[in-house]
Amino acid sequence: MAVDLFHYLFVAAMLLVMGIFGIFLNRKNVIVILMSIELILLAANLNLVAFSASLDDLVGQVFVMFTLTVAAAEAAIGLAIVVIYFRNRGSIQVEDVNLMKG
Amino acid sequence: MNWTLALPEIVLACCGMAILLIGVLQKRDTFHLCSMLTVGAFLITAELVVSGSPGLGYNGLFTVDTFSTFVKLLVLVAATLGVILSLDYNEHANLRRFEFPVLMLYSTVGMLVMASASNLMSLYLGLELQSLSIYVLAAFARDELRSSEAGLKYFVLGSLASGLLLYGVSLVYGFSGTMEFARLAQALSNPAHVSPGLTVGVVFVIAGLAFKISAVPFHMWTPDVYEGAPTPVTAFLSTAPKVAAIALLMRVMATPFGHLLVQWQQVIILVSILSMLLGALGAIGQRNIKRLMAYSSIGHMGYALIGLAAGSEAGLRGVLIYMLTYVFMSAGTFACILAMRRRGRMLEQISDLAGLSRTDPGLALAFAIFMFSMAGIPPFTGFFGKYFIFTSAVQSGLWTLAVIGVLTSVVGAFYYIRIIKVIYFDAGGAEFDHCPASLSVVAAAGALFTTFFFVLPAPFIAAADAAAKALLL
Repeated sequence: MAVDLFHYLFVAAMLLVMGIFGIFLNRKNVIVILMSIELILLAANLNLVAFSASLDDLVGQVFVMFTLTVAAAEAAIGLAIVVIYFRNRGSIQVEDVNLMKG
Repeated sequence: MNWTLALPEIVLACCGMAILLIGVLQKRDTFHLCSMLTVGAFLITAELVVSGSPGLGYNGLFTVDTFSTFVKLLVLVAATLGVILSLDYNEHANLRRFEFPVLMLYSTVGMLVMASASNLMSLYLGLELQSLSIYVLAAFARDELRSSEAGLKYFVLGSLASGLLLYGVSLVYGFSGTMEFARLAQALSNPAHVSPGLTVGVVFVIAGLAFKISAVPFHMWTPDVYEGAPTPVTAFLSTAPKVAAIALLMRVMATPFGHLLVQWQQVIILVSILSMLLGALGAIGQRNIKRLMAYSSIGHMGYALIGLAAGSEAGLRGVLIYMLTYVFMSAGTFACILAMRRRGRMLEQISDLAGLSRTDPGLALAFAIFMFSMAGIPPFTGFFGKYFIFTSAVQSGLWTLAVIGVLTSVVGAFYYIRIIKVIYFDAGGAEFDHCPASLSVVAAAGALFTTFFFVLPAPFIAAADAAAKALLL
């Protein structure tokens, strides 16, 4: 069976859904949320690369390079915020993030 | 290639690095020095923005037109006010670190890029530079649980939104074959050729941007982040990034997706109605004034979106005028909130304002002006913003939006005027600490603009008009 554009888009869509559910259904750990965010970004990257190959256009792949850099910066900032949160709260359980009710 | 188009951004980014170096190399405390240098860098950039010539450069990634100039100047004014507001608070709250103004500066660079973006790539990068700096700013009081919780919430929901936006960008790219706004507009000029995948992509992009302007249903973070973040960060958050994000939304909706008006108009109308309703109803029960300001800003974004939903030149002009008036009102209100301090302790409850009219008539007057303006009572600027928005909605035949807007602003007037009642008629507590000069300057500037805008509105309206025209070309 040939792997065509549709299969890539399907995998990317699954990754996106997993990422979103990982954020909203997860009641345990903030680190899992960081991983889910990474999954969402990777879903978009996979889309971009697949489209770039099928359109025979380099722009998508150039964009992926930028997105990877941004994702790395985002992960660094996210982990830093989780560390200061842990220092103040002594826990990174999602259910403990409840000082202010929104 | 005409690289001088991005000169303001380049100069501002280089100034940021220089200020960072000065902060690191000096042994003594450099918070004040770096803040002043940042304000100076903003002024130089504003000069460069004004003297810049229009054009499209960097292979269609970056555009300079009257719209981007208008937005950039407004963003720079808002950011300058934000830095000035942080001076005194940070001294007292033990946040005297030179990184603070530098982060604001880099976030401003991101906003300038957003205002000039003419490609989905520069849109995303500008947006991320802006957001990443603000995540750090929200968690800046790192020994305080509330601030770090605000930072955590803002980070998680913010990166979810930019992830969705990126996914939308990838779909738009895939189903249209280009990322440039001009070529996208060309590709979409025949609505019959628009595939459902592309529409889904546009909806994802709208969702990501709606998060940045805290429009319902992407507003969940707003009250918590406004309450938890250090107050000058809240002041900054409610002015400059809002202007940049709504400008970006306007450009994306008007330029590349202008031909898809029928598709996105329904979404924007729904978001606008929900934001106005939540802004009006959510604020009623609030006791914390920063939380109240959060709901108020959600409501204001709802009003601004009416102009976008109108989709006409009058509507876009209305949004720009609305944002202009909003920046001064909001910065002024936060200057007043920052002045709420007794024996060195910051106060945030509305009840703490009781009796302010006797202990500090000047501050009470400024508060009253901003609250009347936010409620949309003439002759203050808030009225003009709403006037232009509502007339554009009526011209475009969006009667429902205009009627709901007027009704929610009546409900909104209730809680704004309740604050004035607490200030002028409730029996009061002790005096506030002496108001520092930096806050008085911002409050006075905001109050003067808000009160006397009606004397000479012509130049501002003409500038907004020219900016809106550039967008629809």
